[in-house]
Amino acid sequence: MTKAASETRTVVVEREFAHPPEKLWRALTQPHLIAEWLMKNDFAPKVDHRFKLEADWGVVDCQVVTIEPNKTLSYSWAALGLDSVVTWTLTPTATGTHLRMEQTGFTADQTRAYQGARYGWPKFFDGLEQTLAGLD
Amino acid sequence: MARSPDLLFRTLADPTRRAIFEGLCRQGEQTVGALTAKAGVSQPAVSKHLGVLKQAGLVRERHEGRQTHYRAQPKALVPLLDWTSRMAAFWESRFDDLDNLLNRMDQ
Repeated sequence: MTKAASETRTVVVEREFAHPPEKLWRALTQPHLIAEWLMKNDFAPKVDHRFKLEADWGVVDCQVVTIEPNKTLSYSWAALGLDSVVTWTLTPTATGTHLRMEQTGFTADQTRAYQGARYGWPKFFDGLEQTLAGLD
Repeated sequence: MARSPDLLFRTLADPTRRAIFEGLCRQGEQTVGALTAKAGVSQPAVSKHLGVLKQAGLVRERHEGRQTHYRAQPKALVPLLDWTSRMAAFWESRFDDLDNLLNRMDQ
């Protein structure tokens, strides 16, 4: 079983917010608001629109792929040798909104041993990643 | 100092050793005695595991009187972490900022 040199990896982050989907949508699609929580940008809510996200560590090149107001937004995300797509999904709940962010990308800088370890020790790696996230 | 992922994997492949390391990550610096009380194996076995962890750069020891204290060095694990981990941490922190922003915004 050989794997292709470039494998797909996915990061999913989900959270419940005590705010309605319309309000989250504004935060996700209005440039001055995006700048408050993500990065400086020239986003516009139009399919195929190309925009940049600017951070102190560099620039992310993006292009809007799909957009459905208050429901879903996806854009390509290319930075630091990574080609990926970021997809936001908003689901109304009794108390506000469930927000899901899925980033799927292609990268080749990974050992298979590490993948094996991840499947074998999910609990360990979860704790480890939280530990490391708290380090500077 | 850079160490090979292979050494880290070999070191953490043993579940008892991994549990000792996890305990140090979670609960901070501890003595061999305290670690033995939780490990369910003998003190010599715990000391041996700590020696292997030390070789891999995963723990540091500090001598105080007759006691030796061990502390986890989680940064030694960085070579194991790929973009998925980095991105997950990045987005978690962005979600925190988003929550802050939403609380400041008008309806």
